[in-house]
Amino acid sequence: MPTQEEIYQKVSATLVEALNVDEEEIQPGSTLQGDLGAESIDFLDIVFRLERNFGIKIPRGELFPESIFQGDPEFVADGRVTDKGLAELRSKMPFADLKSFESNPKVEHISNLFTVDMITRYIQGKLSGK
Amino acid sequence: MRWLWIDRFVDFQSKRCARAVKNLSLSEDLFADHFPGYPVFPAPLMLEGLAQTGGILVGEANDYKEKVVLAKIVSSRFEREVLAGETLVYDTEILNLRAEGASVAGRIQSLPPGGSLASTPCEMIGEAEIFFAHLDQNRSKQMFGDGNFVFSGELKKVLGLQKLIAKSA
Repeated sequence: MPTQEEIYQKVSATLVEALNVDEEEIQPGSTLQGDLGAESIDFLDIVFRLERNFGIKIPRGELFPESIFQGDPEFVADGRVTDKGLAELRSKMPFADLKSFESNPKVEHISNLFTVDMITRYIQGKLSGK
Repeated sequence: MRWLWIDRFVDFQSKRCARAVKNLSLSEDLFADHFPGYPVFPAPLMLEGLAQTGGILVGEANDYKEKVVLAKIVSSRFEREVLAGETLVYDTEILNLRAEGASVAGRIQSLPPGGSLASTPCEMIGEAEIFFAHLDQNRSKQMFGDGNFVFSGELKKVLGLQKLIAKSA
């Protein structure tokens, strides 16, 4: 089982390949879209590369869940994620750090959950069989 | 102008790999302007030919039920210019294939004059990794209109691939 630092390094290398960014640009808290310039099509590329580099299978929607983005009225109202939506996020993305998002759950801030750290925690959980 | 940048398939192994060739004729319109007196085949059109080879490979893998679009050239590298008169050989291999899309590794080579595809070593021209999305399967629908080029069964028919598949089956 690799250490968290080893996983982080490998995740960084994966993002360098997929997003064509310099390694120095990548920080643990970097957001994929805001800081590293990822577009929606890059997410699947990242999934492919993570699978290859870590030898794991990532089922559709597990790392980057889609349901919350679809404008479901139960989850999103007036541009904000509802309590039910937050519960959904917590259950679908236990590896995401929701603290700051919960204080101002605007839909457009959801992309800020997708950070390098989030991927690292996800992979860590995956490799330890959680 | 028809947007076909491969002439024929010479090998096609479903869900695995495909090889196509493109003969560059000096009579093609593009060489009149690119460039007068120095007919260089543009590298983006080599990528297009490679993407058509790989795109049909990806489309055929799901029996053309998915709308396959070129989503991203992950990386590409070219070693030299290619001139009219050369024969390009496009090799593509599926790296990943799943419901949302596929990634393909591609190699562009030049067949030496008088060479045989079966026995003559080709000269390396370039490499690229290409990423395809299935239009109906993910959020890419928000990014692409319906009018974009789709690697569909239509293109396959034009190229007579169907016959090739029937022959190899």
